Amino acid sequence: MEFQLPAVQLKHMLPEIFLFVWACIVITFDLASGRKQGNATGYMALIGLVLTAILLLVSGKPGVGFGNMFVNDSLSLFFKVIFIGAAFMAIGSSFGVISQKIVNHRGEFFGLIMISTVGMMFLASANELLQLYIGLELTTIPLFILAAFYKDDKMSVESGIKYFVVGAFSSALLLYGLSFLYGLTGTTELEQIRADLALLFTEERTIGYVLLLSIVCLLAGIGFKLALPPFHQWAPDVYEGAPTPIAAFLSVGSKAAGLVAFAKIFLISLYGWWDSVMAPNDWGLLAGIVAAAAMIYGNVVAIRQTNIKRMLAYSSIAQAGYIMVGMIILNEHGLSSVSYYIFAYLFANMGAFAIVAMFEDKTGSCQIASYRGLSSASPALSLILAIFLLSLAGIPPLAGFMAKYKVFAAAISMAAAGGPSWIYWLVGVGLLTSVFSLYYYANVIKQMYFSGEESPYKIPVPLPGTIVLGLGVAGVILAGIFAEPVLRYASDIPAVYNLLMQ
Amino acid sequence: MDFPVLSLLIAIPLFGMLVVMLMPKSNEWGIKWVATGISVVPMLLSFWLTWDYFFVHSGSAAMCYMEGPYEWIPSLNIQYFLGVDGISVPMLFLTGLLSTISLIASFGIKNRVKEYFAFFLLLEAGMMGVFAALDFFLFYVFWEIMLVPMYFLIGVWGGPRKEYAAIKFFLYTLFGSIFMLVAILILYFTSEPHTLNILTLVEQGSSLPHTLQMVCFIFFFVAFAIKVPAWPFHTWLPDAHVEAPTAVSVILAGVLLKMGTYAMLRISWPMFPSALRELQLWIAIIGAIGIIYGALVSMAQKDLKKLVAYSSVSHMGYCMLALAAFGSVTAVAGCMFQMVSHGLITGALFLMVGVLYDRAHTREIAAFGGLGAKLPIYTGLMVMFSMASLGLPGMSGFVSEFMVFIGAFGAQGMNQYLVGVSVLGVVLGAAYMLRMVQRVFLGEFDMERWGGLTEINGRELVTVIPLAILTIYIGVYPKHLSDMMEATLENLVTLMSR
Repeated sequence: MEFQLPAVQLKHMLPEIFLFVWACIVITFDLASGRKQGNATGYMALIGLVLTAILLLVSGKPGVGFGNMFVNDSLSLFFKVIFIGAAFMAIGSSFGVISQKIVNHRGEFFGLIMISTVGMMFLASANELLQLYIGLELTTIPLFILAAFYKDDKMSVESGIKYFVVGAFSSALLLYGLSFLYGLTGTTELEQIRADLALLFTEERTIGYVLLLSIVCLLAGIGFKLALPPFHQWAPDVYEGAPTPIAAFLSVGSKAAGLVAFAKIFLISLYGWWDSVMAPNDWGLLAGIVAAAAMIYGNVVAIRQTNIKRMLAYSSIAQAGYIMVGMIILNEHGLSSVSYYIFAYLFANMGAFAIVAMFEDKTGSCQIASYRGLSSASPALSLILAIFLLSLAGIPPLAGFMAKYKVFAAAISMAAAGGPSWIYWLVGVGLLTSVFSLYYYANVIKQMYFSGEESPYKIPVPLPGTIVLGLGVAGVILAGIFAEPVLRYASDIPAVYNLLMQ
Repeated sequence: MDFPVLSLLIAIPLFGMLVVMLMPKSNEWGIKWVATGISVVPMLLSFWLTWDYFFVHSGSAAMCYMEGPYEWIPSLNIQYFLGVDGISVPMLFLTGLLSTISLIASFGIKNRVKEYFAFFLLLEAGMMGVFAALDFFLFYVFWEIMLVPMYFLIGVWGGPRKEYAAIKFFLYTLFGSIFMLVAILILYFTSEPHTLNILTLVEQGSSLPHTLQMVCFIFFFVAFAIKVPAWPFHTWLPDAHVEAPTAVSVILAGVLLKMGTYAMLRISWPMFPSALRELQLWIAIIGAIGIIYGALVSMAQKDLKKLVAYSSVSHMGYCMLALAAFGSVTAVAGCMFQMVSHGLITGALFLMVGVLYDRAHTREIAAFGGLGAKLPIYTGLMVMFSMASLGLPGMSGFVSEFMVFIGAFGAQGMNQYLVGVSVLGVVLGAAYMLRMVQRVFLGEFDMERWGGLTEINGRELVTVIPLAILTIYIGVYPKHLSDMMEATLENLVTLMSR
C-alpha cells in the first residue's frame, strides 16, 4: 500500500503559529528583562494580538490544510476575530492587576492568555473530532492556571481547583460522547459523520440509544464549558475568585470556544434534529430545555447578587441561554444570529468586566453597593458602564438589542415556517426573562447615578484601559446602529455548512 | 418641501445632546440656555410642519414629507422610513411645544444640570422619532430609546421614592414592549415578501387569518395599553408622575401617554380589523372602567400631583372609549382632540402644581386654603386649567369629550349603556376638580404659614401662557384642528371597518 503524506499547507495556520511564537517571545522577554518590565510585556502581548489579527485578515482565505483536519472558512475566521478581540480586551484590562498583584509572573500571565487563544483558534478551525478535542484542551488548560493565578489568595486558588476539576470532568464526558460518535460511524471527520449517520439511519431505520447517549454526554460536556444549567455551578465561584480580566476572558473567549465546539459537533455532525431523515436525533428539544433553564435561572439568580462579578457570572449564564436559542434554529438565520450575538456580547461583556477590574484595582471591592455615587466622581466611566449594561440588557439601539432581535427573529422564522411550536414558548421565556435581566443591570446604574452622595473613588484609567473601553463603546454602539456589515458577514456562515432547513 | 424636515426634528435634539455633553459641567447657566435654544429649532420646525401640512398639503390623507424608505440594515429588511399624516402632525406639534416649555420649566434644576439637559434632549429625539417612524424596527427603537432618559430623569432628579418609581416605569414599559416585539416578528415572517414597513403591513393585515390577527392585536394592545395607560395597566403612572420632577411629568403626561393611543391608531387598529371587531366590547369596557375608576380615585387624593396623575387615567379612558367606537369618524376625531387637549391641559396643570410646590414645598391639598387672595394671577390660571380639565365649554376639553360621546353613542356596534355610564365621568371630573379648587384657593388663608408665598414669575408664565392660549383656541374654534385630521381619519376609519 502506498502511503501518501497529506498536503500540509502551513500557510493556513500562519496566524496560530505566529501567535504561539509570539507568546513564547513574551514569556522569554519577561524572563530576560528580569521581570521588571511589566507594562512593556503587556504592550508586547497587545501588539502580538494586533499583528495576529492583521495576519488573519490578510491570510484568512478559505482553504483546507493538514489533510482536511484544519479548515479555514467564514465560521472559523469570524470566531477567530472574536477570540483575538477577547484576548486583546482581557490583556488590556489587566494592567492594573499586574502592577499590584501579579508581580512575578507577568510574562506567564500574558503568555498563557495568548496560548489559550491559540487553542481557541485551533478549535475554530477543527474539521474533525480529534483536533476539536485538542483545541478545547489547549484552551482550557492555560485557563486553569490563570484562574488560580493569585496563588496567595484562597479564593483564587479555590477557583482554579474548582475549574480544573469541573473542566477535567467535562472533558472526559465530552470525550466519552465523541467516542460513541466514532464508534457509530468509524470516522472522525465532522461532515463524514453526518453522512454516515444518515446512511445508518436509512439502512437500519433506527439509530438507537447509543446516539442518544452520545448526545447527552456531548451536551453535558459542552454544557459545562458554556456554564449552562444544570452544569453551571462552577461559574460564579470561578468568576468571583479568578483575576477579573481572566473572569472576563472566561465569560467571553472560553464561552465562544464552547459555542464553536457545539456548532461543529451538533450543527455539522449531528445536523438535522428537525430533519425527518434523522428523526430520532432530536437534540433540539434537549438543547431548548437547557437554553430555557439558563435564561430563567441565570436571570433570576442574578437579581439576588451583591457582588458584581457574581452578578455578571449569572448574567453570562443567561446570555449563553439566549445564544443557545439561536443555536437550535436550523435555517439560514440560526448560526448567523449566534455569531452576531457573540460579537455584540464580546464588546459589552469585556467592557463591563474591564471597568469592574479597574474599579477593583482602585478600591479592592467588587460589591455592587460600593459603586454608589460613582457617576459624580467618575462620570465618563459610569456612563460607559451604563452603556455596556444597557447593551447586555438589550436596549436599542445598542448591539445587544440587535443581537437579541436577530436571535428571536431566527427562532420565530423557524416556528413560522412550520417548525415545532415549542419554539414560540422558548421565545416567550427569553423575552420575559430579558425583562428580569433589566432589573439587575439597572440596579448597578441605580447605584452609580441615583444616590445623591458623591463616591470617594475617582477611578484612574490607564492607557490600555482607555483603548479597551474605547473599543468596547465603539463596538457596542456601531455594531448596533450600523449592523449591516457584521450581519452580512455572519449571514454567510450557515451557507458554508449547508445549514438550511429542508 | 426639499429638506428632510422629519429627520431634522430627530437629529437636532440629538445634536443638542452632544453639544450639551461637550460643555463644561460648571457652566450651568450656559447649558440651560444652549439646551433650550437648541430645542426651539425643532419646535419652530414642528410649527412650520403643521402650517405647511395644513395649508400646502391641505391635510392630505396620504403620507407627507416621506423620507425613504432607505436601506438601513438590508439583511433584515430594516429601513429608515419616516412620514407623517393628520394624526402624527398634531403629535409632533405637541412634542415640539411641550419639549421647549419643559426645558424652560427646568431652569430651576440645581444638581447635575448637564446630565439633566442632555437626557432631556435625547428624550425629545426619541419622542419625535416615534411619531415620525413608518418602519416597525425604527418605531421600536425610538419607542425603547426614550425609556433610558426617562429612567434617569425620574431616578436621579425625582422625589423621595424615585428609585422605585423609575425602575417600575422602566420594567413595566419594557414588559409591554416585548409583546410588541413578538408581534412585530410574527408579522414580519408572515408577510410575503418579508417587510417591516408599517404602511404595507397595515394594508396586508386584514388578510391575515383571524386567530393570528387576534394574537397580534392582543400583543400590541398590551404594549400600547401600558403606555396609555389603560386600566388595569395604569399602576406605574401615579408612581412615576408623583416622583418625577415637574418638567418630566409634563412630558410624561403630555407626550408619552399619547404614544400609546397614537400607536393604536397608527398600527394595531387599522391592521387587524377583524380582531378589532371581536374585541370592541372589551376595549369599550376598559375605557369606561378607566374613566370612572380614574375619576373616583382622583377624588380620594390628598396630594395635588397625584390628583392630576389619576385624572390622566380618567382622561385617557375617554380616548380608549373613543377608540372602541372605531366606526365613527367623530369618535376617533374626539380621541385625537382628547389627546391634544389632555396634553395641553394636563401639561399645564403639572406645571402649575410644580410652581406651587417650588414655593410651598408641599403638595398636600389640605395644607392650603384661600390662596386666591394672595396669588390672584396664579389662581386665575389654575382655575382656568381646572375648568378646562373638567370640560367647561369654550375650552378644548369640552370639545373633545363632546365629540367622544356624540361619536360613541352613534357608532356601529357600541354598547350604548357603557357610553351612558362613562358620561358619569364628566360629573365626577367636575367634582374632584372643583373640590380641589375650593380647598386650595377658597376659604380661609393661613397668613402665618403661607404669608411668604410669591406670585407666579415671568419664566413660569412663559411656560403656561402658550398652553392657555391653545386650550382656548381649540375650544373656541376647533375647526382648524379637525380639518387638519379629517381626511386622515376618514381613511383610517375605512381601514378599521374593513
